[in-house]
Amino acid sequence: MSKILIIAEHDGSKLSQVTARCVTCAKHITGAEITIAVFASDPLAVAAAAAALAGVGKVVTITDPKHAHPLAAVLAPVVAKLAGDYTHVLGASTTFGKDLMPRVAALLGVAQISDVMSVEGPYRYKRPIYAGNAIVTVEAASDRKLVATVRSASFEAAPAGGSASITAVSVDAPTPAHTRFVSLSAATSDRPDLQSAQRVVSGGRALGSKENFQLIFNLADKLGAAVGASRAAVDAGYAPNELQVGQTGKIIAPELYVAIGISGAIQHLTGIKDARTIVAINKDGEAPIFEVADFGLVGDLFQIVPALEKGLAK
Amino acid sequence: MRKILVGVKRVVDYNVRVRVKPDGSGVATDGVKMSVNPFDEIALEEALRLRERGEASEVVAVSIGPDDAQQQLRTALAMGADRAILVKTDRTLEPLTAAQALLAVVRKENPDIVIVGKQAIDDDAAQTGPMLAALWDRPQATFCSKLQIKGGTAVIVREVDAGLETIEVDLPAVISADLRLNEPRYVKLPDIMKAKKKPLDVIELATLGVSTDAGLKTVLTEAPKPRSKGIIVKDVGELLDALRKRGLVS
Repeated sequence: MSKILIIAEHDGSKLSQVTARCVTCAKHITGAEITIAVFASDPLAVAAAAAALAGVGKVVTITDPKHAHPLAAVLAPVVAKLAGDYTHVLGASTTFGKDLMPRVAALLGVAQISDVMSVEGPYRYKRPIYAGNAIVTVEAASDRKLVATVRSASFEAAPAGGSASITAVSVDAPTPAHTRFVSLSAATSDRPDLQSAQRVVSGGRALGSKENFQLIFNLADKLGAAVGASRAAVDAGYAPNELQVGQTGKIIAPELYVAIGISGAIQHLTGIKDARTIVAINKDGEAPIFEVADFGLVGDLFQIVPALEKGLAK
Repeated sequence: MRKILVGVKRVVDYNVRVRVKPDGSGVATDGVKMSVNPFDEIALEEALRLRERGEASEVVAVSIGPDDAQQQLRTALAMGADRAILVKTDRTLEPLTAAQALLAVVRKENPDIVIVGKQAIDDDAAQTGPMLAALWDRPQATFCSKLQIKGGTAVIVREVDAGLETIEVDLPAVISADLRLNEPRYVKLPDIMKAKKKPLDVIELATLGVSTDAGLKTVLTEAPKPRSKGIIVKDVGELLDALRKRGLVS
């Protein structure tokens, strides 16, 4: 029997799709009994969404105003305490999970498995190293708690259809005052979320300016796609950091990925290689992006992208 | 005045395309160029800038690794670190063990700030910083892209999935450096000569009383499955046809 605790990821009102992907990962663990924990100042809506995921046995809510803006240092002692009854503690491999879970693992005195991409057994997992250029199988001691982060792109989101019970719990753990939330500047956009979008259009350094990067937004809007960017484009200030795709940005697995003016450094490729179909548009026919692209088009993006947009207009 | 400890990991250089050994025992590192983990370079650069602005008086670079990691510590000294410490071990350590070893060094050195890279580009684990902070029972500020010191506190802008988050932490604290925190300086030849004379202490990991068994072992290393080779289309029309055939656009 594996008693699995998944830490829900949310923005205060909406459950993130990465949590549904963690549920799918957990279902691959033999004898999984899945509980989702929701930490929030007002967890009801998020808890209801978590309880509706197929395969979830139970949702526990921990209500506290201090969880309105989650901080790893504040959350970790609570999660570690709550983890007492479980064999596995999972979180998504997002900036939230990467910040929180190692702190939880260290408090529990156990190692962590980062970026689980497949479940080979209750204590045996595969994960990528070297920006995905090698895959390791790791085995954890079965007499210790297992803490892991889940590589969202490797798992489908668990479908709806569940009706788990929702229980409010209180956890007695110290609240450190040494770490304080100040502010969050989040871009608000009507476009699909990059992490969970079915279609993504990404731009690279070849766009040449922030103004030109608008071409990417226009094409994305035509396709109903999310917008991504290479590290070079973000470093150059053409696009904000939250759009970065790759080893140190977001790892995504859309149905369609369109890379425009992106040469395809291995650090970028690792973020997209689970995409179902990759389209590359680049003026350099030797660019490494063409090695992973299903469809490549060599040419000037400033002519191709408007033509593509026009071709899509019906 | 403040003391800053910086983590410096020896890793395969980021330009090297790593190869998996045929027997599945790991990746080939013999004769491969090794460097300072790029994120640790950024961490060190930030520490040096704090010292140059008069907000810190000493920068200590710490590595955990084999004897050869002294090369990377010499690079750190050439960049401008005041002294270096190597915690020597020939074993590949889990981040938990690395964090425990760093904690032992922290207990001796009592730094005000520890800066590490947000992840190492070999294992991509991104754990050591937060684990050290947890064991030390101090704040953590991961994915830092802007750092300001104000008296006994630090204000950090963090690159998070939603955008940019600002937090404030009391010192001492552990900070993990993200890509856009700064651009590390280049090392100049005279600095390499000077670095040879700077102190570099070697401590055996075994003397720190840290267990090297983190309860996790790597049983197999494989090459990833390659994507099947695609096709080059000749124009936009052909591309749209191909995408329509797959039902990806209407």
